[in-house]
Amino acid sequence: MNRPSPQMKAKGRWHGRHGSAALIGILTLALGFAIAVQVHAHSSGDSLSGLREDDLIGILDNQTARADRLRQQIAGLQDNLRQLQSSGDRSAAARQQATEQEQALGILLGTLPATGPGVTVTITDPDAKLIGEDLLDVVEELRGAGAEAIQFGTVRVSTSTAFTGGNGKVDVDGTELTAPYRVVAIGDAKTLDTALNIPGGVAATVRAAGGELSVSEQRSVTIKVTRTLPTAKYAKPAH
Amino acid sequence: MIPAIALVAGIVLGLVLRPTVPSGLEPYLPIAVVAALDAVFGGVRARLDRIFDAKVFVVSFISNVLVAALIVFLGDKLGVGSQLSTAVVVVLGIRIFGNAAAIRRHLFRA
Repeated sequence: MNRPSPQMKAKGRWHGRHGSAALIGILTLALGFAIAVQVHAHSSGDSLSGLREDDLIGILDNQTARADRLRQQIAGLQDNLRQLQSSGDRSAAARQQATEQEQALGILLGTLPATGPGVTVTITDPDAKLIGEDLLDVVEELRGAGAEAIQFGTVRVSTSTAFTGGNGKVDVDGTELTAPYRVVAIGDAKTLDTALNIPGGVAATVRAAGGELSVSEQRSVTIKVTRTLPTAKYAKPAH
Repeated sequence: MIPAIALVAGIVLGLVLRPTVPSGLEPYLPIAVVAALDAVFGGVRARLDRIFDAKVFVVSFISNVLVAALIVFLGDKLGVGSQLSTAVVVVLGIRIFGNAAAIRRHLFRA
């Protein structure tokens, strides 16, 4: 008795058709939604979040190994930097030393102006009796007393300076000078003064010739005259 | 017609809403999508063969997704997750290609 009427049957089929169509629609809707979500999640955001534990461990290992390599590189480069800095320091020190040496040699050779404590010596020779050797004695005495730079008249005295002539006219390195002679020497003023006025020394010689040698100690004298560096013709540095 | 419209609507919905995938579902979603695609291609082929059945489609769709997710889940538990998901993708890809070839034969007679 409970058989469904044809109407009810038709209604059930209708309902079933529409229900399955709706179900299919929902499923495909979910599929489209999932596709869009997955594409979006894959293309945007960090790619690590979707990875498996094993892959993450592998990536972590790789990164750790890479960090170790980079740390080693950093250590090596820092070593290089230290070496370069120390060699730079060494070369800077060598350059400074060379500069100082050059200046010291320049003063001693007379190629550089010099200043410092010293004496001014004035030698008069009214009788024109002093000869070159007497004036060379003055220079020798100053050198012996430790004079580091000497100017005789207008000539810078050096290792090869020669005094020739006499009788009121002295030829110093090709420059003719006449009395009174003026000598400037840089060194310990007291020692220089003592050396010139030593009994039986150059002061006595000048006095014996009728002249006068006066020394004035000064806190600071300046020698501006320079000479050109003689080029060695025969001698060469030997190592 | 309705499935095509629903698919497009779903894609649009996903693009508009831009939801973030829960981290627990992340390994399963791509596999589930591929499995569902396999079911959809199978459904289209059945439709062209005039043997389409809504019930079969719905059941195959859901079971495809669930089995694919289960295989990946099992693989993750066994420590071969990435290999097994690759295997699932390969198998489903072959099936999709087969269905696509059948659809092509129907549509272009070639």
